[in-house]
Order: sequence, then C-alpha cells, then structure tokens
Amino acid sequence: MNKSLKKYFPVFVLPTLIAFIIAFVAPFIMGVGLSFTKFTTVTNAQFVGLDNYIKIFTDPNHDFLNALIFTTLFTIVSIITVNIIAFSLAMLLTRKMKGTNFFRSVFFLPNLIGGIVLGYIWQLLINGVLDMLVNSDITKSSTYGFWGLVILNNWQLIGYMMVIYIAGIQNIPGDLIEAAAIDGASKTKTLFKITIPMVMPSITICMFLTLTNSFKMFDQNLALTGGAPGKSTQMLALDIYKTFYGRIGWAGVGQAKAVIFFIIVALIAFLQLRATRSKEVEQ
Amino acid sequence: MTAGAKKSTNIIITVILSALAVLFMVPMILVLINSFKSKLYISSEPFAFPNSETFVGFENYLNGLKSSGFLAAFGRSLFITVASVILIVVCTSMTSWYLIRVKNKLTKGLYYAFVFSMIVPFQMVMFTMTYIVGKLNLNNVLGIVFVYLGFGAGLSVFMLSGFVKSIPLEIEEAATIDGCNPLQCFFRVVFPILKPTAITVAILNAMWIWNDYLLPYLILGTGNKTIPVAIQIAMQGAYGDTDMGGFMAMLVLAIIPIIVFYLLCQKHIIKGVIAGAVKG
Repeated sequence: MNKSLKKYFPVFVLPTLIAFIIAFVAPFIMGVGLSFTKFTTVTNAQFVGLDNYIKIFTDPNHDFLNALIFTTLFTIVSIITVNIIAFSLAMLLTRKMKGTNFFRSVFFLPNLIGGIVLGYIWQLLINGVLDMLVNSDITKSSTYGFWGLVILNNWQLIGYMMVIYIAGIQNIPGDLIEAAAIDGASKTKTLFKITIPMVMPSITICMFLTLTNSFKMFDQNLALTGGAPGKSTQMLALDIYKTFYGRIGWAGVGQAKAVIFFIIVALIAFLQLRATRSKEVEQ
Repeated sequence: MTAGAKKSTNIIITVILSALAVLFMVPMILVLINSFKSKLYISSEPFAFPNSETFVGFENYLNGLKSSGFLAAFGRSLFITVASVILIVVCTSMTSWYLIRVKNKLTKGLYYAFVFSMIVPFQMVMFTMTYIVGKLNLNNVLGIVFVYLGFGAGLSVFMLSGFVKSIPLEIEEAATIDGCNPLQCFFRVVFPILKPTAITVAILNAMWIWNDYLLPYLILGTGNKTIPVAIQIAMQGAYGDTDMGGFMAMLVLAIIPIIVFYLLCQKHIIKGVIAGAVKG
C-alpha cells in the first residue's frame, strides 16, 4: 500500500499544499522578513533592522502598549466571568430536569452568530440603555466600551463553554457522587472535593479557549466600539489592523506588532499544551 | 432531601433559567422589533414596541435588500461557504490519509507545519497574504475558495489525521489486495469511515467561513460583498447617515439562516464544537 500510495503525492497532498503555501507559509515567512523593513507596497521594502520594533515602544501615543493593557484586562475579566457563569449553568442543566435541552439550545445560539453582526446587535441595545439612563452612548467613555465588550463576549462564549462543562460533568461516574452523599458530604463539599476536581480537564480547556478567543478578538471590537473614544477601547488585533491600513509609512511597524502578537499567542498555546498534557498524565 | 423539597428547588431553578433564557434572547428580539419600525424611531426609542405611528411593515426589509445588494451578498456568502467547505473536506481528508499512511521526513514536516499554522493569528499573515493573493489573481469569488482551503487546512488536517490513526490498516490492505488503487481505496473504503469526523470538520469550517469578515473584506473588497462585509459597510460606509431601518432588517436576515442551520443540525453542531474544543 505505502509504495503505491507514495506515487500519488500530487493527487492527495499537492492541492492542499499549494493553497497552504499561498495562504499561510509564504505570507508568514514574508511577514517575518518585512517586519525588519520599511515599505508601502512590499516591493519597495528597505531593510531597517530593529527600527520597527523600537518604534512600537517609543511611539509617543503608546498605542500598542495601551492596546496590550486593555486586551489583557479584558481577557482576565472575561475568563473569570465566562467560566463562572458557564460552569454554574452547566451544574443547573445536569440535574435531569425537564426543559434542559431547550435551555441548552438557547444559551448556545449566540455562539453561532458572527462577530460583526453581534457587535451591531449589542450596539443598539447598549446605546439604548445608556441613552435612557445617562443620556450617553458607548463611544463616549472607555468604561462603557470595556464593559460593553465584556458583556458581548460573555453572551457569545458562555453557551460554548457551558456545553463543554456539561460534557465534563456528565462524565463523572454517578456512584462517586452517591458515595459522597452516603458518607454525609454536604453539597458544597461534594462540589469542591468531587465535581470540580473531576472536571478539571474541562476547566483547563475552557479557560484557554476563553483566553485565546478574547485575546484575539477583532470583529466584535470593530463593530461595537471601533476603538472609540479615541483609541481607548482598541484591542491588539484592531490596533495592528489600523497600523497597517490607517497610518501611511507604518506598514512595517504594523508587521512588527503582528510578530509580537504572534509570539504572545504562541506562548499561550505552548502553556496550554503543557497544562493539558500534565492533566492527562494525572488521570 | 425529600421529594417535595427537590421538586420546589427544581421549580425555582426553572424560573431562574427561564429568566436567563429571556435575557439571552433580548438582544435578538430587540433587533427584530426594531426592524418593523420606521427608521426615525429606532435610535431615539429602541425599546418601544412599534405602534400605529411607527410601524412600517416590511418596508425596511425591502429597503435593506435593495440598497445594500443584500441578496447578492447572501448568494455570494452561500456559494463561498459551501464550495470552501466541500473543497476543504475532500482535499484535507485525502491529505491527512496520505500524511499518516506514508511515513517519511516530508510528511512528518508537513504535518507539523499544518498544526503550527493553527496557533498563528490572522494579523500575522494578513498583509502579505493579501499581497500574494492579489498578485496571483485569486482576489475573486472562486479564488477565495482556494485561499480558504489554505487557511482551513491546519485545523482540518489536525482533526482528520487524529481519526485516520485509529483506522485499522487491515481494512485498507484488504481493499488493495482486491485490486483497488489508492484513489479507489480512499473514496470507497477510507472516506466512508472518516465521515463522522468529516462532518465535524465541515461544521466547524462552515461556521467560521460564513461569519468571516476580515479575509473577504481584504481579498474581495467592497465590490464583491459577503454578508458580514455588507453589514459593516452599511454602517461604516455611510458616515452616520445609515438607514437604521434597513440596517435592522439586514441584521435579522443575517441571523435567520444561522438559526435555520442550527435547528436543522443542532446535534452535529454541538458534537462538533465539543470535539473541536477538546482537540484544538
């Protein structure tokens, strides 16, 4: 089999490989190279060494650093709120009650709607509430923008994480919970000593999923606040985009920002791999 | 706990969950309500139900469809999503099988390259990819399908290879002895076995491609709008002069296909999401 299959490389692998090179491999290598150059149209790139990277951090507006701080705060708050709410919902929905499937479907639905559409749906709602309460709108204050993005992110991710937690909780052997009840363990004790340790792999997965999803957010940010007021609610992905396309002569800096962004995301992925691997060994 | 106490707790929980479910639906219901109101009353009174003065029937829907080229955008989104998903599923399952069954340095290296691409954020390749795609004249509705194959390859190869590893070699060997060449062996024997994972891969890619904004915006521009691009342009391109009524109608029309798709294959979607999360 192997020998005859080997000759079929052009049929089995080549189409995917060519698309992969065009969409990913070549742009990635070019991107790393261009981050050390000044250019406007790729063809006129001039080597400038680490200039672009230095510019990121000496930029008097501190756009990148501000975006990094905003994104980090947003991500931390999202990880906490999304996972606590999603886990609580999963606990409520695994009690074998009527209507469980209906609730699960409703909570999961927002996850399927795209970021741009979500952003504008929430803009209408949030601006309506802000107008009624304080006669303002979401572009007037970065506090509104921050919490608006957090609420939107929760709305989108809670159902997703809840589904993963439900699968985790349903995998706990029923006799374990029964044994605890017979031994006289209180509900809180069962939760902290049995349920949570048993769904630890799901918790790890959900924490990292929330982390990467929040950290890389772009569409929702663009649609809901567009970075306003000023650039105060601009997250990393949007800042990179605006550096590329909104600031003439700064494409090289945009590419350098993208490289740093990539390195941070890769580090997170590496940590995730280690965290999930070590959990697997324990089991 | 007595049965009666348990029953009353369940009632309380059901009430809490129902309240939450309503809260979850509010944003979508709000858009739906406003899509039937005159555009003058949407920004000023978003929470009011339409009354005899503000109700405009389906006028917003007609305006929204007309002004934004929404029907064309819908057709384009549908074509790009369906074509890309079919191409991705067929090509990457063939690739995955080859990469697992033919063991050498090249296939190993390729496998790791595909897995590596999953962790690279889009912003890293966005600018250079747009440039290359433009140079190769792939910046059209057919070309973008091929570009999606390249972007979808990472996750798809990763998930499908994981499954190929679990297929016993004996089945394929038997097919070969019976005189199948690799192509026949793949499509008659391997692909049917891969089907459950292929469905998962198809759903994950479909959800992502249907909702994708930045890639079609950069490659196709505003001349060949997909639904997310049409919505973003309707809002940002009008510089504060957006027809809010038509815009609400567009949002409703953008959500309806997703809800229909969800109702039709909810089980597969939720299964796919769990599988994708655990592997990714």
